[in-house]
Amino acid sequence: MDPRRKWNEGLMSTNPGQASGEQITGAESLIRSMEHAGVDVVFGIPGGAILPAYDPLMDSAKVRHILVRHEQAAGHAAEGYAAATGRVGVCMATSGPGATNLVTPIADAHMDSVPMVAITGQVPSSAIGTDAFQEADIRGITMPITKHNYLVTNPDDIPRAIAEAFYLASTGRPGPVLVDVSKDALQAMTTFAWPTDISMPGYHPVTKPHSKQVREAARLILESSQPVLYVGGGVIRADAAAQLRELADLTGLPVVTTLMARGAFPDSHPQHMGMPGMHGTVGAVGALQKADLIVALGARFDDRVTGKLSTFAPGATIVHADIDPAEIGKNRHADVPIVGDVGEVMAELVSALREEMAAGRQGDYEGWWVQLNRWRDTYPLGYDLPDDGSLSPQYVIERLGALSGPDAIMAAGVGQHQMWGAQFVKYEKPRTWLNSGGLGTMGYAVPAAMGAKVGLPGSVVWAIDGDGCFQMTNQELATCAINDIPIKVALINNSSLGMVRQWQTLFYNSRYSETDLHSHRIPDFVKLADAYGCHGLRCETPEEVDAIIEKALSINDAPVVIDFVVHRDAMVWPMVAAGTSNDDILVAREMAPSWDSEE
Amino acid sequence: MSRHTLSVLVEDKPGVLARVSSLFSRRGFNIESLAVGPTEVPEVSRMTIVVSVEGLPLEQVTKQLNKLINVLKIVELDETASVQRAIALVKVKADAGQRSSILEVVQLFRAKVVDVALDAVTIEVTGNDDKIEALLKLLEPYGIKELVKSGVIAMSRGGRSITDRALRPADRTA
Repeated sequence: MDPRRKWNEGLMSTNPGQASGEQITGAESLIRSMEHAGVDVVFGIPGGAILPAYDPLMDSAKVRHILVRHEQAAGHAAEGYAAATGRVGVCMATSGPGATNLVTPIADAHMDSVPMVAITGQVPSSAIGTDAFQEADIRGITMPITKHNYLVTNPDDIPRAIAEAFYLASTGRPGPVLVDVSKDALQAMTTFAWPTDISMPGYHPVTKPHSKQVREAARLILESSQPVLYVGGGVIRADAAAQLRELADLTGLPVVTTLMARGAFPDSHPQHMGMPGMHGTVGAVGALQKADLIVALGARFDDRVTGKLSTFAPGATIVHADIDPAEIGKNRHADVPIVGDVGEVMAELVSALREEMAAGRQGDYEGWWVQLNRWRDTYPLGYDLPDDGSLSPQYVIERLGALSGPDAIMAAGVGQHQMWGAQFVKYEKPRTWLNSGGLGTMGYAVPAAMGAKVGLPGSVVWAIDGDGCFQMTNQELATCAINDIPIKVALINNSSLGMVRQWQTLFYNSRYSETDLHSHRIPDFVKLADAYGCHGLRCETPEEVDAIIEKALSINDAPVVIDFVVHRDAMVWPMVAAGTSNDDILVAREMAPSWDSEE
Repeated sequence: MSRHTLSVLVEDKPGVLARVSSLFSRRGFNIESLAVGPTEVPEVSRMTIVVSVEGLPLEQVTKQLNKLINVLKIVELDETASVQRAIALVKVKADAGQRSSILEVVQLFRAKVVDVALDAVTIEVTGNDDKIEALLKLLEPYGIKELVKSGVIAMSRGGRSITDRALRPADRTA
């Protein structure tokens, strides 16, 4: 796949346009640049320094602006749009506090490799450095959390900065790029010339893998007896689910999909061992931990996957394929490093494997599958229903997935509901599971769902949110209601900061310091939904779950919020406690699986 | 701990020094010294960074540096296959009685006296870190009133230039 595809689409869809000599303002140049870059929607809030840009934006027939209620939501909406569609998400804010409110979503996009361009206004260049009103050095602030960033003070530089920003955001390892434009550059006159070629001497992402390394990986796969495909979010970003499917079908290898990769491989596929990591299945954790060969595909050996690094998969040879050379060998030494686009890597791997197979070499993983199946059968994902007949959060999420079907998009917040959303919804397709994996940003769900719904208006988009997360960004219900963005919110209301509470239960002697949100009482989420022009529903018993979900699915004229009042003591299992070894995974409290015995 | 000297070619753009130095601090890499200046190519600056690392991370340092869009090329310069120089200015207490013995030390190190006062001399010394350290050790008993030292700059020996394609970059996985 050509990594420049999305970039070129924007280029080719519009007239490349030579410098016409026509005098326009920097602001007009900015909007025209966004049009040339293929932007169809931008999430933002105007303010002093960015104000000049909002005037020509009003006249743009191509760029739709969605006025959010907080800049953080503009950023997460851009992320949700990008994660769901694969196109670059765009957000816009003014200088100072507008820009600093974007910092969280920018950091989030950086951690999860989300293609995003953030455009901010800056105080006039003559005022930069004087602590002017609403001045913040947003370029300096975002240096460590962007792929690259720009401060533009000359209006002639605007088209190139925007063109480069979109190119950088969408090629190689995707990520956020910030373009900060001073107010005087927006106001000054300039001529417009859209750059037709992008040449950045210091940026050459390697997409084509080294064929010798690929052949070595193929050889290792066939020679190993306990191999596993460790699939990360890179497979989704690279649109490489089809190549993964082919590789898995050809080899018969077990597949684990990380939190960022849920949906990259169908959950219904018999080779799918589930999600590895802190709250992964015993089968997936075991598949990595006991493997003799790990083929990492667009994954980064994150601490939430490896557990205590020094004890992670001690017997495994590592093949590590990633487009970012810096990920290879960062946490775990790679025996066979492969730098390249993960889709191309897998396609070449399939060819190399076919050649080997044609020469009569076959892998034999029969014994491995006996073991894997035993783990899978003995330790399936599950949960206990509460004794008092109250609502189980896992049950709610399981039903939500089942009733919404494989095309529905789920955007989760962060915490227990996120883990259950990753565990109990069955994902069949890439880009149907959106969440904040690396940064763990509470408040991601509602705005990300909004962005996804804007990008894919025909899809059912759920925000699976917690009562803690929801209260961080629920003001965007207003944006959704006003702009006809009918998202659905499944509020898993346990009246607590549930994941923190779980850790307090397990590691702090059930001393619940500051985790009780009292949200069974305040706020009344049904009334809140109503106040925001949304449909508010409440569900308190297991018997009404299906009917209420069905009702929400039938409503499309406005956003829906379902307040699922759930049991607060439910915990996320299995669990590898932070800093401990994957070997010490617990399937429930004080219950360790047996790895080897036949019982 | 091992020391490495990296020559880093960067685009001469605003903020590039901040990008490089903040990368070192946020990734927990130790900079021993850093010197920046122009090169024979306009719009390209050269940084010489002496970094101390333990075991594995040098590769991480160069890979992370390479991810910066404004970084063009990174070459690790081996101490024996390169010329490495820093400059130091040292103000040493020196009354008339001590002056001649200080001058003797200065001569031995092929350093220069660049300023003389009634009670002090200022010495300029150029060389690698070891030479400068050795001189300072000999000057210490006289009393060092002030010391300023530049970062190391370095260049490979032989006829090839850092911009030659043949020079292997410090990082290239696969």
